[in-house]
Amino acid sequence: MEKIAYRPESLRDVPFTYCPGCMHGVAHRLIAEAIDEQGLINLMTGVAPVGCSVFAYKFFNFDMAQAAHGRAPAVATGMKRARPDMHVFTYQGDGDLAAIGTAEIVHAANRGEQMSVFFVNNAIYGMTGGQMAPTTLPDMKTTTSPYGRDTDDIGFPIRVCELLDTLVAPYYIERVSLLSTPDIIKAKRAVSKAIQYNKEGRGFTFVEFVSTCPTNWGLDPVQSREWARENMLPFFKLGLFRDKGEGAE
Amino acid sequence: MSKILMKGNEAIAEAAIRSGCRLYFAYPITPQSELIEYMARMMPKVNGTFLQAESEVSAINMVYGAAGCGKRVMTSSSSPGISLKAEGLSYLAGAQLPCVIVNVQRGGPGLGDIQPAQGDYFQATKGGGHGDYRLICLAPSSVQEFADMASEAFDLADKYRNPVMILADGMLGQMMEPVEFKPALTDEEIEELGEQHTDWCIHPNQDGDLKHHHEINSLEIDPLVLEQHVINLYKKYAEIEENEQRHEEYNISDDNEILCVAWGTASRVVKSAINELKAEGKSIGMIRPINVWPYPYEAIAKAIGPNVKQVYVFELNTGQMLDDVKIAVEGKVPVKFWGKVGGIVFTPAEIKEKLEECFKE
Repeated sequence: MEKIAYRPESLRDVPFTYCPGCMHGVAHRLIAEAIDEQGLINLMTGVAPVGCSVFAYKFFNFDMAQAAHGRAPAVATGMKRARPDMHVFTYQGDGDLAAIGTAEIVHAANRGEQMSVFFVNNAIYGMTGGQMAPTTLPDMKTTTSPYGRDTDDIGFPIRVCELLDTLVAPYYIERVSLLSTPDIIKAKRAVSKAIQYNKEGRGFTFVEFVSTCPTNWGLDPVQSREWARENMLPFFKLGLFRDKGEGAE
Repeated sequence: MSKILMKGNEAIAEAAIRSGCRLYFAYPITPQSELIEYMARMMPKVNGTFLQAESEVSAINMVYGAAGCGKRVMTSSSSPGISLKAEGLSYLAGAQLPCVIVNVQRGGPGLGDIQPAQGDYFQATKGGGHGDYRLICLAPSSVQEFADMASEAFDLADKYRNPVMILADGMLGQMMEPVEFKPALTDEEIEELGEQHTDWCIHPNQDGDLKHHHEINSLEIDPLVLEQHVINLYKKYAEIEENEQRHEEYNISDDNEILCVAWGTASRVVKSAINELKAEGKSIGMIRPINVWPYPYEAIAKAIGPNVKQVYVFELNTGQMLDDVKIAVEGKVPVKFWGKVGGIVFTPAEIKEKLEECFKE
């Protein structure tokens, strides 16, 4: 009998630390499959953030670093400059990348650092228990916006792809979602492209995943995906922002 | 090799490159700008990496990434910038990553001024970042010593897998003195230095054979595991305290009536005052801690001769090393302190006057 479903070699056989219904495992798998497909496992390294995916350094099957909150793109810069023969990615959530690490992501992108950044946007801080994120939607309730995000007081959510798309250097920027099987298949194509460009040394590649947080949203996994489709996608529009490899700028 | 007249900021940069540093990440700040500018000019000539980071925070995290790959890497700054690096220093110490940080101190607190000061002693020797860790901390008192400390700092960092700080000041950074450099390491020698770290650092797997999964990390969520990690760090620090205390003795003898303790730029002024008093027939000696962590407590205790009636500490701050001297002296003789702040350096005449008052008492 042929085995058609198996763990990618780039993922270690260790228990993940994510809640039931969380999409981090799916995102990890897409990245690991793409690394396997590009034959990069021996030359790959990555940086885990602070947040729910803080333990990602345990999950990938090659050397990994764990960075201070928001600093992953700076750490990855140091790694790539020290080991130009290796390929590096960062894996970051919305609080890590779009709040405390805003300077690091903008400047790594602006330098066109040779790295792939995978950004998981679920509009909330998961690990610390559901606080307001820089991508929390207007009027959305969190533990630190208990009356709903007041945009007059705290501003609107940050659209990171659009922000980075104002810079000259980035090579590839795309926003995808993990909200349905067809969306996940599309997301896989984006991840593969980012890893392929990374392998070819084309420059800075960025993939944003619109995702969910059933635990802190207080919804079950299916309701979470429906909620995200209805509420997140109108604000965080899916699509390709830039692909210099295909002449799309 | 003949001597070259150079600013301390440039001498430490040149010495770092000769010591095998091929990665340097920093952000501009006075009074260390000549250091970052020298690196910008020279790193491309040795196929090294110079990167002007967007902040001190990013620079120290780039150091974290490069050090995680087992390469000799350095950053530099001045006092306010070192505060920004404090987070990274804690992570570097926790993840046990070898690297060198140069602090060309200026007046504080806050933005302070841009003149020489020694106000970062507490920050450098007692922590600075969060958690239970130590930096190895070297304090030069001349441009030559500043330059010599580059290779010493990298060797210590490699030996103990620990960040090492060189604690200089605006005087040492800005002034020119003749300096003689050690021969530069060859590319092969630098390559060999990196190989000592292959059992833990980030590097490729060979030929499709997954031999290692290394984690550059300071997180241990299980308290029992973290407890053991901190105990292991503590054991390492105890070993460093045992092996790496360094000091200079100046005019120490059994006849000494006063024992001075001073470090860095301050010690040079104290030496001048001692020379003048010596010419007048007074017996007075000085201990200069060269490494300020680990601190040479034993050397100070030993230097308290039978006739010493006063220990006198001089610093360009409000008395930060004073506490360590008191620990060393253990109350056996009185310990006095005098210092200047605001980036103002005391003169030999001022020190002499303070010491003369002591002789009269």
